Amino acid sequence: MHAIFKREVKAYFYSPIAYVLTGLFIFISSIFFLQNLFGQIGTFNDNLSSMALVLLFIIPILTMRALAEERKNGTEVLLVTSPVSVWGIVMGKFLAALFMLLVMVVITFIYPLILVAFGGALTVQLVGGYIGFILMGASCIAVGIFASSLTENQVVAAVIGFISLLTMWLIDFIANFSGGLFAQILQWFSIISRYNDFSRGILSLSPVVYYLSFIGVFLFLTVRVIEKRRWSQG
Amino acid sequence: MIEIQNLTKSYGRIKAVNNLNFTVEKGEILGFLGPNGAGKSTTMNIITGYIPPSQGTVKVCGFDILENPNEVKKHIGYLPELPPLYLDMTVKDYLDFAGDLKMAGKSKRSRIADIMELVKIADVKDRLIKNLSKGYKQRVGLAQALIGNPDVLILDEPTVGLDPKQIIEIRRLIKALGEEHTIILSSHILPEVSAVCERVVIINKGEIAAIDTPQNLSKGFDAAARLSLTVEGPKDTVLARIREIPGVKYIEPHMEKTGAAVNYVMESERDVDVRRPLFFAMAELGYPILELKSMDMSLEDIFLQLTTDEKEVEQ
Repeated sequence: MHAIFKREVKAYFYSPIAYVLTGLFIFISSIFFLQNLFGQIGTFNDNLSSMALVLLFIIPILTMRALAEERKNGTEVLLVTSPVSVWGIVMGKFLAALFMLLVMVVITFIYPLILVAFGGALTVQLVGGYIGFILMGASCIAVGIFASSLTENQVVAAVIGFISLLTMWLIDFIANFSGGLFAQILQWFSIISRYNDFSRGILSLSPVVYYLSFIGVFLFLTVRVIEKRRWSQG
Repeated sequence: MIEIQNLTKSYGRIKAVNNLNFTVEKGEILGFLGPNGAGKSTTMNIITGYIPPSQGTVKVCGFDILENPNEVKKHIGYLPELPPLYLDMTVKDYLDFAGDLKMAGKSKRSRIADIMELVKIADVKDRLIKNLSKGYKQRVGLAQALIGNPDVLILDEPTVGLDPKQIIEIRRLIKALGEEHTIILSSHILPEVSAVCERVVIINKGEIAAIDTPQNLSKGFDAAARLSLTVEGPKDTVLARIREIPGVKYIEPHMEKTGAAVNYVMESERDVDVRRPLFFAMAELGYPILELKSMDMSLEDIFLQLTTDEKEVEQ
C-alpha cells in the first residue's frame, strides 16, 4: 500500500493535472475571499461551504485516472500479481488523492490567517469547518475512485464521478419535495447536508461516523468491482 | 515447484482452458507453445494469480494460489504479454516502485543496479519509459519480473517485437536465468522453444496436445522415416524398381531437376533402413543417386499436425 501511495503522489506531481486543479481551486477560493475583504466579514466558514461546491467539480478530475488508467495501460496486472491485496491497492489510491486534497486545503489556511492578522478570531467553528470540509472531500474522493474503477476511460470516469456527486448534492432538494421514508433514504446519500452542521460549528460524532462509513462503503464497492472483474474477465 | 491439476477456466459456455495437468520441476525451463488464442496467456494469468481459475488447483512452491495468494505472488515474477509499464515514469523510478511492490527490502538499490546491468538497460535508466523503443520496453518489463528475485519466472512471449540480435540476447539471458530460476515461457515461435526450453507443452484450444522434450517430440511423431531422393534416370522405371524394395511404403516424384534427374519423396517403415537396398538397386540399373537425405519431422510439422484439424487442411 505504501509503495502505491508513494508512486501515486509522485504521478500527480509529474502530470500537469495536480497543478492545474490546485491552481483552479486556489483561484476560486481567493475570489470567494474577496467577499471577506470587501464586505469586511471576519468569519471564514461561509467560504468553506462555497468551496465545498467547487470540490464536486475538482475531485472527479483528480481521481479519474486512479484505476481507469491502470486498466487501460495494463499496469493493473503488475499491481494484482504483486503481494499486495486489492484493499491495499484501493487504499493507496485513496490516500494519495486525499493527500492532494490536503495540499490544497493547507494552502487555503492563508485566508483565515489574513483575517486573524486583521483582527478576526481563530474560532473552534473554523476548526470544525475545516474538519468537515476534509471529511466531505474525502467522501467525494471515495466516490471518484469508485467511478474510476468502473471504466477504463478516464473521461467517462470523470463524468460518472461528477454526475454521482451532483446527484448527491441535488438529493437534498428532491428529499424536501418527497418527504416520508423515501426522503429519509435519499437523505442518507446527501453528503452536503452533513457538512452544514460542521460549518455552523456543531461538532458532533454522528456526521463524522457518517462520512467515515460513507467512505468505507464506496471503497468496499471499489474493491468488489475489481474483484468481480478478475473473476469474470478474460 | 509448480503443480497444475485439472485447471479449467470457462467464460460462460466457452472453455478457454480445459482440464490442464502438468508440473514444472525446480530449475526447469518449460516452453508453452500454441497458436494464438490457445489459452497460453489465460493459463499464465491464472498461475500468477491475476485471474482465478474456474476449477482445479495451482500450487507454486507448495502454496495454493487461491488459499495463499500472497505467498504465491512473492515467489513469482511475471512478464505479461503487454509489459505493465507506467509510461511517464523513468526506468529507475519504475524499477524502484516495482521493488517496493515486490518488497525487495533493503538490498533493493543494489538489486536494481544488478538487474539493469543484467538486462542491459543501465544506459537508459533516467529516460522516460514512453520514449524507449519496443525492445527496451520489453527489457524493462523483464527487469520488473526479476526484481523480487523470484523462484519462478513466468514470461509471456518475451521476445515479441525485438530485433533478431536482441532476440538472441534475451534467449541467452533466459537460458542463464534458468540455472537459478524455474521458468515458464510462452511462445508461438518454434525455434525459440526448441532452442531455450528443456520441455515443451503444446496447447491447442485450451487442451494439452503434447508434453515432452523437443527431441522426443520430433522422434515420437517420426512414425515413418521420410527420405528425399534425387536419381538421374527415367522416372517410371525408377519408381517401379523402388516400389519393389521391401519396407518402402510410398514414393512420389516431387519435382523434375535439370537433365534426367528427378527428385522423389518417399516413406519407409520406421524400423527398416531402405537406404542400402536402394543404393544397390539403383546401381544395378545404372542410375546414379545424386542426393539422398532423411527428412526428420521438424517441430513445425509436429506443431501443425497437433494443432490443425484434418478438416481445416482439406478446406
